[in-house]
Amino acid sequence: MTITTETPQESFRLSMLFNDTRYRALTFQAIALLVLIAAVAFLFSNLMANLEKAGLNISFEFLGAPSGYDINQTLIDYNSQSSNLRAAWVGIINTLLVAFLACITATFFGVTAGVLRLSNNWLVSKLMSFYVEIFRNIPVLIWLIIIYTVITGVLPGARAYLGETPDKELLFGLFAFTNRGVYAPAPIWGDGSGIVVATFIASIIGVFLYRRYATKLLYDTGKLLPTGWPSLAILIVPSILMFYVMGQPIGLDSPDPLANRFNLKGGIQIGAPLLALWFALSIYTGAFIAENVRAGIQAVSKGQTEAAAALGLRPRRVMNLVVLPQALRVIIPPLISQYLNITKNSSLAIAVGYADITATLGGITLNQTGRAIECVILLMLFYLVISLSISSIMNVYNNAMKLKER
Amino acid sequence: MSLEGQSLRQFDSASKWSGKTVCSKADIQEEVIMKKTVFLGALTVAGLAAGVAAAGTLDDVKARGKLNCGVTTGLVGFAAPDANGEWSGFDVAVCRAVAAAVLGDGNAVEFVPTTGKTRFTALASGEIDMLARNTTWTFSRDVDLKFTFVGVNYYDGQGFMAPKELGVSSAKELDGATVCIQTGTTTELNLADFFRANNISYEPVPIETNSEAQQQYLAGACDVFTTDASGLAATRATFENPGDHILLPEIVSKEPLGPLVRHGDNEWGDAVRWTLNALITAEELGVTSANIADMSASAGNNPEINRLLGTEGNLGEMLGLSADWAKNAIAVSGNYGEIFEKNIGESTPIGLARGLNAQWTDGGLIYSPPFR
Repeated sequence: MTITTETPQESFRLSMLFNDTRYRALTFQAIALLVLIAAVAFLFSNLMANLEKAGLNISFEFLGAPSGYDINQTLIDYNSQSSNLRAAWVGIINTLLVAFLACITATFFGVTAGVLRLSNNWLVSKLMSFYVEIFRNIPVLIWLIIIYTVITGVLPGARAYLGETPDKELLFGLFAFTNRGVYAPAPIWGDGSGIVVATFIASIIGVFLYRRYATKLLYDTGKLLPTGWPSLAILIVPSILMFYVMGQPIGLDSPDPLANRFNLKGGIQIGAPLLALWFALSIYTGAFIAENVRAGIQAVSKGQTEAAAALGLRPRRVMNLVVLPQALRVIIPPLISQYLNITKNSSLAIAVGYADITATLGGITLNQTGRAIECVILLMLFYLVISLSISSIMNVYNNAMKLKER
Repeated sequence: MSLEGQSLRQFDSASKWSGKTVCSKADIQEEVIMKKTVFLGALTVAGLAAGVAAAGTLDDVKARGKLNCGVTTGLVGFAAPDANGEWSGFDVAVCRAVAAAVLGDGNAVEFVPTTGKTRFTALASGEIDMLARNTTWTFSRDVDLKFTFVGVNYYDGQGFMAPKELGVSSAKELDGATVCIQTGTTTELNLADFFRANNISYEPVPIETNSEAQQQYLAGACDVFTTDASGLAATRATFENPGDHILLPEIVSKEPLGPLVRHGDNEWGDAVRWTLNALITAEELGVTSANIADMSASAGNNPEINRLLGTEGNLGEMLGLSADWAKNAIAVSGNYGEIFEKNIGESTPIGLARGLNAQWTDGGLIYSPPFR
């Protein structure tokens, strides 16, 4: 500090901006920034001026106008008189639904395949590497179309289930598998069903508490409590008891083969497009996740496994208690990008007629209103927000999992 | 067909705001860019269109000695290549007639297959001189996309096709049915309106292309397939057992199909318009491919036939064409009625009745302004 004040300050000359290495880097960065700003400003003003000249302006008023088209899977109230904004919301919810489902199943496929690929069983490990290589190296769009074609080609038509004497009976009188989708019974919530649901939620909390207690007991005293069947019992028994105590308030609305001459009516319908998209995204991304998991496991030094085995832990416990927790630190960061990929790849939905945000806002609405710039801006905004949200949530999880350095 | 009704609006508007800066660049360079991305492609459209509009398509076609005519990628009866690669069909006949009228040779045509998405860009960019691709004449295409529809050669409407075994006889019985539609088309909106007006429900299955929709329909993934009635008939004709499927009687929209050219080139537009009118008038006046040689040999008793065939007056000269332009156009594949019967009429597998497309004298809508 004292030294710098004592040194006589050389007066600043303009030429120093280029000749003096202390300033040169800054000078060039400032110039580059100015050029960039000027270029963007020029492009933007050009866009605006020409749009104006053509009588077009950026306007989001079309979002309030009636959309005029119908959508096959709507989780919120929607009809052709609803606004374009409503249609976009339907699409957003459909995108989030398929992305959420696919993230869960892809993780399941990926972890299973990744662990089994390292199995000592030759057949199992070869089968898993076959799965990984086949699914990873063929584009997801191709898989999507193959799976959808198989569903529509192999499963029977909806009409096979219809009428007084159908060609096919409902499975258990409850389920139907057709090339238009899977039909399942829907619950009917009667009086007192709230109490049954509350009991079930309490049971879930109970299971959680029991497992925490078991872990604590294990660490404190070394006593190992069984967790499998007690958890199941805590989860199911109170709810079933309450169900009968309250006089069976929850009924089932199973698909009705007689209500309509074209389709099964009633119950829940999971459309073939959703099934195809869900399965294709899961199985495709699962192959990538399997590789991440394998890399994560192999990153844990062999000494850990051997030490755990030396302590007398069985292979499953070695995997669950020693290897996987350490492997997670390597697995999670690439896993985040796989989840982002699932969300972004779900925009292929239109290939099988699934009404996601790209199909509604970026497809039909864009086509019918001609508001391309506005629709694309909104689409970009949506995917950006969703991707950043997933990323930040997963980063929280990553921070919780990473090595605690003190 | 009413495919991608508005999809070009944004292309067109995109070209408007950025076209200005691109216009000055060399055309060849623009063509290369065009292939790279849709966006850049859209930019070049404006540049090319501006150049073409000034030149005069009629002179271009004469200089080139060949007509570039945009048609479908293949819809049997309307435009499809046969085993030898020879194009034939209802729309193809219009192209050939124009080529004969302008160049004197009905085979001097280069057929350019276009899809629902590419057709307007192809025309706007000057890649084709005219588009004869069962395209619906709508306000926005005429006014906003800057095209000129020269007339209507087929009055169509959106219909429904269903398997016979369903036992459906009217579209109003389709409550609860699953319907295959081509997405991004006006059919989607017509469908929603029809079911809403009749207070019945349906489940849409949006599908990207006609062939995919056909596949889904045959697999039973949907009960009903909807598109323009003529398209349904043509699609059904390609089925293994066309008799197993019926077209329902309801027509739920107006789809006037006709050839179109670029806006602002009126000489060329007139040539195409009056060639189409010549085919229609020929049927009305009884001029056929069989008797045209006799009729055009010398002036007869009917002055309008004389004017049409160039044995009297100078209509051809007014159009900038030869005196026997209409005779050449009609001689290629006959008059409007003959073309209809040969390609899509009741004697063909497509089996369309004349219906609205009968001459006005027979109670139809086909009507040509007088040759006078």
